[in-house]
Amino acid sequence: MNINLTLLAQAIVFAAFIWFTVKFVWPYMLRAIETRQKTIADGLAAAEQGRRSLETSTHQAEEAVTQARRRAAEILAQAEKRAAELVDEARSAAKEEGNREKAAAQAEIEQEVTRAREQLRDHVASLAVAGAEKILRREVDAKAHADLLESIKRQL
Amino acid sequence: MAAGTELTPSEYIQHHLTFFEKPIGDGGFWTINIDSVITAALLGVIGLGFLWWVVRSATSGVPGKRQAFVELLIEFIDDQVKGVFHHGDRNRFVAPAALTVFVWVVLMNAMDFLPIDIITKPLGWIGLHEWRPVPTADVNTTFALSLSVWLLMIGFAISAKGFFGWIHELFCAPFGKNPLLWPANFLFNLVEYISKPLSHSLRLFGNMYAGEILFLLLWMWAATGLAGTIFGSILGLGWAIFHILIVLLQAYIFMMLTVVYVAMAHEHH
Repeated sequence: MNINLTLLAQAIVFAAFIWFTVKFVWPYMLRAIETRQKTIADGLAAAEQGRRSLETSTHQAEEAVTQARRRAAEILAQAEKRAAELVDEARSAAKEEGNREKAAAQAEIEQEVTRAREQLRDHVASLAVAGAEKILRREVDAKAHADLLESIKRQL
Repeated sequence: MAAGTELTPSEYIQHHLTFFEKPIGDGGFWTINIDSVITAALLGVIGLGFLWWVVRSATSGVPGKRQAFVELLIEFIDDQVKGVFHHGDRNRFVAPAALTVFVWVVLMNAMDFLPIDIITKPLGWIGLHEWRPVPTADVNTTFALSLSVWLLMIGFAISAKGFFGWIHELFCAPFGKNPLLWPANFLFNLVEYISKPLSHSLRLFGNMYAGEILFLLLWMWAATGLAGTIFGSILGLGWAIFHILIVLLQAYIFMMLTVVYVAMAHEHH
């Protein structure tokens, strides 16, 4: 257990080993580890970004769906309103048409009535004339009317 | 095993605690513990070589099991360093140095798990009769580490505050700028600068040395007969399992103290 030259020899060996580790072992391992750490960090960042963009697009999609639904509801309401309008229009048009038809028919009826009345009047007049002729034919005195006929002859 | 040879218990332990020393000059200091240096260098090459081999083909995509293991290790170290060191780019030096310390010390400590006699017998056949396989149970190794860290500490302190800033801090911190307090400050800092490498290295050394001794005692018991073999094995297993904790914990503590010391060196008072 005495100190001797071994001390120096071991110290030199030690120094050589430290130099070797500093030079050839540590930097390579450290580089590999640091590169991997960077890769992992990048991957995590990318994942985070992906998650965020997914969130954004989900949000956007939801908004689009909501908007589309609202638009569809609007369109539906408009269509219903239009349908109701159309029905109303058709109803009023039909009523108007009916009124017009009725008026035309009434006018025709009135015309017919008037014409029938005219005809009736004509018939009545000719019947009255024929009756009067028959009555007159029995009662006429040729002599009494000779003067009259004579005067007509003169006028001719 | 002691059985079959003529070793007494104390000789057995003595044998396993003898370094394979090679003198290269006069005097006690000029020897090298070949076993510590070779084992330590080999373990470092294996451990860091493995890391290098994995890291060289590291992909930033999905990692394989091997790469995942290495990444786990590196991120563990990096987390620890991150919690302590806030003085500039830790990736430039402190974190890789901490990784080196941790991997290397774990492997050196883990040599304790190898069955010592099975390792040393074959080595004895090829002429290496003394071979201690646990480099961190050699006080030279732990001091080499802690003193290197100590030098780094001083170096970083000077580079962070400038040489005069460092000197200034030696005399003016922690008690105050008053010239009357300069001796007290300097003494305090001196104690700190001495105690840091001592406690740093002796903690690791003591733990590993004690672990080694305990294993040796158990294996010696195992050589005393059938009952000894059975109980020695059971207790050896128990100690080995507990030792896994010590091995990792001591390496962790050593690594953390290295980082803390270097971080403290950057701090201005």
